[in-house]
Amino acid sequence: MTLDRRSFIGKGAAIAAASLGAPMVMAAGGKPRVVIVGGGAGGATAARYIAKGSKGEIDVTLVEPTRKYYTCFFSNLYLGGFRELSSIGHTYGKLAADYGINVVHDWAVGIDRDAKTVTLAGGDVLPYDRLVLSPGIDFVDGAVPGWDISAQNAMPHAYKAGSQSELLKAQINAMPQGGTYVMVAPPNPFRCPPGPYERVSMVAHALKASNPTAKIIIADPKPKFSKMALFQEGWGNHYDGMIDWIGQDFGGDNVKVDPGAMTVDIDGEVVKADVCNVIPAMKAGRICELAGVNDGNWAPVSGHTMQSRIDENIYVLGDACSQGDMPKSGFSANSQAKVAAMAIRGALTDSKVFPAKFSNTCWSLLGTDDGVKVGATYQATDEKIAKVDGFISKTGEGGDLRKATYEESIGWYAGIISDMFG
Amino acid sequence: MRWLIGVIVALNAFGGAAVRAESGVGAIGDTKRGASIFRKCKGCHQVGQGAKNRVGPHLNGIFGRKAAAVDGFFYSKGIRRAASDGLVWDLERLDAYLENPKALVSGTRMSFPGLKDAHDRADVLAYLRRFSDKPSDIPEAAPTARLQEVELSPETLALVGDPEYGEYLSAECTTCHQRDGSDEGIPSITHWPAGDFVVAMHAYKRKIRPHPVMQMMAGRLDDEEIAALAAYFENVE
Repeated sequence: MTLDRRSFIGKGAAIAAASLGAPMVMAAGGKPRVVIVGGGAGGATAARYIAKGSKGEIDVTLVEPTRKYYTCFFSNLYLGGFRELSSIGHTYGKLAADYGINVVHDWAVGIDRDAKTVTLAGGDVLPYDRLVLSPGIDFVDGAVPGWDISAQNAMPHAYKAGSQSELLKAQINAMPQGGTYVMVAPPNPFRCPPGPYERVSMVAHALKASNPTAKIIIADPKPKFSKMALFQEGWGNHYDGMIDWIGQDFGGDNVKVDPGAMTVDIDGEVVKADVCNVIPAMKAGRICELAGVNDGNWAPVSGHTMQSRIDENIYVLGDACSQGDMPKSGFSANSQAKVAAMAIRGALTDSKVFPAKFSNTCWSLLGTDDGVKVGATYQATDEKIAKVDGFISKTGEGGDLRKATYEESIGWYAGIISDMFG
Repeated sequence: MRWLIGVIVALNAFGGAAVRAESGVGAIGDTKRGASIFRKCKGCHQVGQGAKNRVGPHLNGIFGRKAAAVDGFFYSKGIRRAASDGLVWDLERLDAYLENPKALVSGTRMSFPGLKDAHDRADVLAYLRRFSDKPSDIPEAAPTARLQEVELSPETLALVGDPEYGEYLSAECTTCHQRDGSDEGIPSITHWPAGDFVVAMHAYKRKIRPHPVMQMMAGRLDDEEIAALAAYFENVE
């Protein structure tokens, strides 16, 4: 893939001229332009690494609708009372001030791949030489019969952190004594494979203190889940008798909900829920569909560079892409962003390009000072991102090790946040 | 692996016959010579009947003991972390620790430059082993009667890394380890002397250091990559 810099500069200038009056189009002064859609673990990391590495040679624009970004990772710890919501909210000031990134708080609503432009909800049009899409997830319409996005107040998903997390926590706090919390878990693949089960652990932790006779039911369309043995052991240790997991074998895949009546029908048995946390099936954030880079629900990418298999000028990161063996996690998105940043810098400037390397670790908290983790390293093959080696916490581990694992996760959180936001 | 020359050091005992008779499987070293070398350690460590904690913990029963496990001794954060990662003092770990304490346990307070000579270490360990429970069982308990140590060749140690490559590779490290050197839950890896960094990473790679994430991360780095990371983190801004 070679790039004729002269030709794209000409084109870019023409587009900039054509969209006069669009204040967000920067006069790039002939510099190559990268537009990044989505300011989470993938997008913010990519923006920072491209800007930092290119030292002003590349013009970086980050499009993110929210002024304060709440990380999905650690939002379960907020539900459990281990974190304040404010501690998982982060702003983009440093990316703008210290790294010269043009941070635009708006929604990307359209992508013209031929003209190489991104249209924003506010009407601005951003030309790009390379586009990074890191929009996270949206939900598959009709995935849980009876539920759609208009029901998210009655039955929150809380799978995009922020107001949904606050809402769910408020509902948990308002549960009557001995009430029932129902989670409708998602089918594979989905964001954060241990996430629903860590959430149940955290909800149980909160209820154990405030509402010890409350019950938790998980209706799960899957026959098994991430770190299953570790979670089940932890639930037995900390919340014995409180949590009922109904897997696929027992009809957990046959669920409908009635948000008006606050009932959940699990394989014909109707349960009255005081809180119903519906986590529907997921797909790539909608902008991927609008860009036409999806194959099915996700956007396929090359593991060598994170380039879309459909458009080599577009890179898709994190939850939205389908890449092979890596789980959809913030850690994965951060890892993929660094590979993409290197590839983009290599394509647009003369910087060195090294072979892609990826890694992931997911920590989960089961109860106070009881942390577990699973992780792996990956390499790119022509076919996919392939797992090389991995590890997982063991059942029956000692308290010291579990405490150290939890403390490690806190250290990781601080590390990835400074890696994303500077 | 082109830089690496694996050297298998089978330790020979000077006074091997006596120890061999004692253990039944093979000698670790010369206990008599070890007792004399142990004088270097005595400023801080006591061993034998009535031994007490001094600057360092007493060493009775050290073999097979979990790290940081002597009651009433205030251990460094580094060694407590290693203990929670699963460090147990078997022959191989003790040998690695004696060779260079800080290479095995970052942040240990044992400010001892290390015994570079494998025979010296073997002899001291043969001596210390006499003060551990059932010393004759220890070589069998862990398959360490004969130490198999993969040493780093001078070429590996002399390898000068490319900091630019290290910066790229470091992106994997800085998802957890903070670039500004803060250590909350996860240790700092900035501004280490490059040599210490290289030794530590090889210790993970060879699974002498216990942490599973680090064993995995180091496991797929080659010598050049480890040197590059060491060069980058030594002078990171």
